[in-house]
Amino acid sequence: MASLKSVRTKISGVHKTRQITKAMNMVASARLRGAQSRMERFRPYTAKFREMLLELSGKTEEGAHPLLAERPAPETCGIILATSDRGLCGGFNAGLIAEALRLARKKEAEGLGIRFYNIGRKGREAIKKIFPAQASLHQSNLEPLSFQTAGKLGEEIIEGYLSGLLDQVFIVYGEFVSLARQTPRTRSILPLKAPESEKGSGGRQAAEYLYEPGAQELLAELLPRYIKVLIYHGLLDTSASEHAARMTAMDNATRNCDEIAESLTLLYNKTRQSAITTDLIDIVSGAEALKG
Amino acid sequence: MDKTLQLDIVTPDRIVLSEQVDYVSAHGAEGDFGILPGHVPLLAVLSTGILSYTVKGNRKNAFVSGGFAEVHGDRVTILAESSELADNIDLARAREALSRAEKRLEHQEENVNMERAKASLHRAVMRINIYNSR
Repeated sequence: MASLKSVRTKISGVHKTRQITKAMNMVASARLRGAQSRMERFRPYTAKFREMLLELSGKTEEGAHPLLAERPAPETCGIILATSDRGLCGGFNAGLIAEALRLARKKEAEGLGIRFYNIGRKGREAIKKIFPAQASLHQSNLEPLSFQTAGKLGEEIIEGYLSGLLDQVFIVYGEFVSLARQTPRTRSILPLKAPESEKGSGGRQAAEYLYEPGAQELLAELLPRYIKVLIYHGLLDTSASEHAARMTAMDNATRNCDEIAESLTLLYNKTRQSAITTDLIDIVSGAEALKG
Repeated sequence: MDKTLQLDIVTPDRIVLSEQVDYVSAHGAEGDFGILPGHVPLLAVLSTGILSYTVKGNRKNAFVSGGFAEVHGDRVTILAESSELADNIDLARAREALSRAEKRLEHQEENVNMERAKASLHRAVMRINIYNSR
């Protein structure tokens, strides 16, 4: 049977671990609130942006801009993989990486060359192992998250697309469905699809807009920015999902600590009881012996 | 004049301004233009620089970069990649950006994107000017 001292050490060890997981849970929930309010603040911008694009796409003809044109025979496919920088968030990153690899394999099977653009340390390291040749394309960490991260990557992607280096671009990110559910999602970025008109928003089209400069030039200004908006949206979602996933993981860990501590305490009490029993037997038998 | 415009300046990070104003004046890609209540619907590209608006006779300035303006009815919406009201401009940061951009342009290193350095120089200068002309 384990000695009393070693059981006591184990219990205090588990308690310390529990303190850490509990603290991480609270930190993650605070960060999640931050990430969610960021998404909240980003929403008016996206909404307005969609509205403008919608307004414009009605006024310009098909193939009005190279970013909208579908390539007949695509050769390369860019995959933007958004993951977190840190672990300890359950299977969140593993799920994202698996999703990205599935997409890569599928595109490879179609005969396309794959180029990875990684945002977030976890995904970058995983991709480096599997695709060592081209892990060095674009690398940045997810944190600190700002529109600039999306902006820089967006410019790189657009440049690549216009120069013919990329024919398709997808983004793989963690969609924040709810506190308990985050799913890896793949979304096509390039060639761009003009946003679909949402139901019930048809009433506005009546107004005849004045464009300055022309509608074409305006579209040429708006579309590259729309790509950045899409990427930033993916990054924000990933960030919120990461913190939600970590909260759940740390909550589970805390609960497991409680369980282990409970069973260890039981063991401790049993050990102590048996030690006392042994001592008592010693004393009693000693006394009996003295009586003679 | 009791008709006013609802001016909103929106960036990816936050809503910078949402206020009732009398008049908005902006630098368009093809020159300056002013917007008074009752303007026809308009979509315009804004060049990096100053956006001014008048609230109850007081003229106020804001910095806008990478922006678009939409006028629809009595609403003016500015969508910008970054934007600050004149009072909120971080002068120290703008100065820093200015000297960084100048250094880059001086040395003309190969791996530095000249266009980008020029753009950031321009942004820094505009920010400082707007701050000083409050």
